[in-house]
Amino acid sequence: MSFMHYLKGLSREKLTLKLYSCTEQDVKRALQSPPGSLDSLLALLSPAAEPYLEQMAQASDHITRQRFGANIGMYLPLYLANLCANECDYCGFSMSHRIKRKIINLDELTAEMAVVKAMGYDSILLVSGEHETKVGIDYFSSVLPNVKAHFSYVAMEVQPLQEDEYSKLVGLGLDAVMIYQETYNPETYAKHHTRGNKQDFEYRLATPERVARSGVDKIGLGVLFGLGDWRLDALLLGHHLGYLESHFWRTRYSISLPRLRPCIGGITPKVELSYKGLVQLICAFRLFNNQVEISLSTRESAVLRDNLLGLGIIQLSAGSSTQPGGYLKPNTQLDQFEISDERSPIEVCAAMKARGFNPVWKDWESSWF
Amino acid sequence: MFKVADHEFQSRLFTGTGKFSSSKAMLAAIKASESGLVTMAMKRLDLKTGNDDILSPLLHSGIKLLPNTAGARNTKEAIFVAELSREMLATSWIKLEIHPDPKYLMPDPIETLKAATILCEKGYVVLPYVHADPVLCKRLEEVGCAAVMPLGSPIGSNQGLVTEPFLKMIIEQANIPVIVDAGIGAPSQALRAMELGADAVLVNTAIASSTNPTVMARCFAQAVKTGRDAYLAGLCLVSQHAIHTSPLTGFLND
Repeated sequence: MSFMHYLKGLSREKLTLKLYSCTEQDVKRALQSPPGSLDSLLALLSPAAEPYLEQMAQASDHITRQRFGANIGMYLPLYLANLCANECDYCGFSMSHRIKRKIINLDELTAEMAVVKAMGYDSILLVSGEHETKVGIDYFSSVLPNVKAHFSYVAMEVQPLQEDEYSKLVGLGLDAVMIYQETYNPETYAKHHTRGNKQDFEYRLATPERVARSGVDKIGLGVLFGLGDWRLDALLLGHHLGYLESHFWRTRYSISLPRLRPCIGGITPKVELSYKGLVQLICAFRLFNNQVEISLSTRESAVLRDNLLGLGIIQLSAGSSTQPGGYLKPNTQLDQFEISDERSPIEVCAAMKARGFNPVWKDWESSWF
Repeated sequence: MFKVADHEFQSRLFTGTGKFSSSKAMLAAIKASESGLVTMAMKRLDLKTGNDDILSPLLHSGIKLLPNTAGARNTKEAIFVAELSREMLATSWIKLEIHPDPKYLMPDPIETLKAATILCEKGYVVLPYVHADPVLCKRLEEVGCAAVMPLGSPIGSNQGLVTEPFLKMIIEQANIPVIVDAGIGAPSQALRAMELGADAVLVNTAIASSTNPTVMARCFAQAVKTGRDAYLAGLCLVSQHAIHTSPLTGFLND
């Protein structure tokens, strides 16, 4: 059974009712239960868990320390292109936006990589808008060997591809694929994705399964918080993670919990996810799944990021640019979204070390593909 | 004194290098542990730029290094790492770890035996990390491994010697050193492994993730020594019944 079928078998109404009728007893039981229980995840994501936030945070901190030690993996996004054939009302790259469009060529890529390497990074996330014809498999295949020659760990966050395309990229050195569903509610999804291939909810939803079959090391899942009920979306993200873990046991998983950020021509969040909510989310996921990698981008502020470190986050970017060519020639007109933490990697690492964490730049062998 | 391959060790406690908050904390803990061998993941070393916080301080400290293949998911990847480490660090010692399962990091017995066979043929000093499987340990001994490193419980779990009955069988049958690796979460558990007759233990998480790694390292050093002494002194048999210290039939021997 695919995850699509699995999801169709779940009643959103019943889960919502359960989420909002959880009791303190349910939360207490969840705090005592071993990881992996979806009922416990539901309780920990529910409003009833709010008074237990400190307890959740302490448990989450303890588990994270035991599993990952003081290590925080450092990665950086590198934007390849901002061309996009989709219309998504929360994103600065939407096709109707009159912004300058750019695909970086090989020379520009080389120059960008040199800047990123000089910052100390060895793990990179290649990002693009979704433009199948101009920024598709041929383009990715042509840039990947160059990127792999400089970075041990290469992740990608681009449009969903076919299984054989993923296999081809894995053969060229691709280590990880980030593919965020944005929301698990098909109706909300349809409202926010109004043109282009991204309208196909089901194709996107089936992507992690195609990726897993291609033999990639890691798959990143995520929800864009602010589009709908964050508690329910987070719970369904947990279902998705659990489904994938049980079907593809060799794959590592990471999750991202981005909150909707302002962008040029973008919408304001329908449902605001507060700092408190974000902390609840991170801790609930750490208690649900001790080994999932939770990453935090520069969307969030410096103060928040510093304070979230001990709570379950194990991957961080710093000094990010969200535009193609932005490391060499910053031009905010091209940004996908605004970043909040504008500190340099050196400053972020200093803050990290002051809190007893250890930035890790390299954690992979480049020849493992 | 204790020997693995041709190398003599003063201490029967081996340590690791992961999870510490800084290289300073790591070095202080290793020193306090009096360990003569530390393992480190090759995937963490940046050999291209030399810009890393693990290798340089370790090389400077002069301690013997045991590179490991952590992160490798199959024979091919593990062999690649072994060759890389022999070339870059000029050591043929390799701790063989192959775990395709990112959740519990359980070692893959099939790939491990395959890789160990190849690496032993190539002249490496192979120390394979395995489940506490007595037959697998004998098979690894047969292909020429210098020691076996069965787990006490899942790596990093601090659950202690969950596999104790099987560790006993491995220790009883082995003709090469048995180093209990993984899952040892407290000095008392390390002590127990040594009492059972393990030749050495490897401890990382319990030291590195402690709030005071240096003190914890010292505690492990003491526990390992005590456990070894107790093993040598000979533990008394365990009985279900009380046994009187002055047997009633003692007069018969008078």
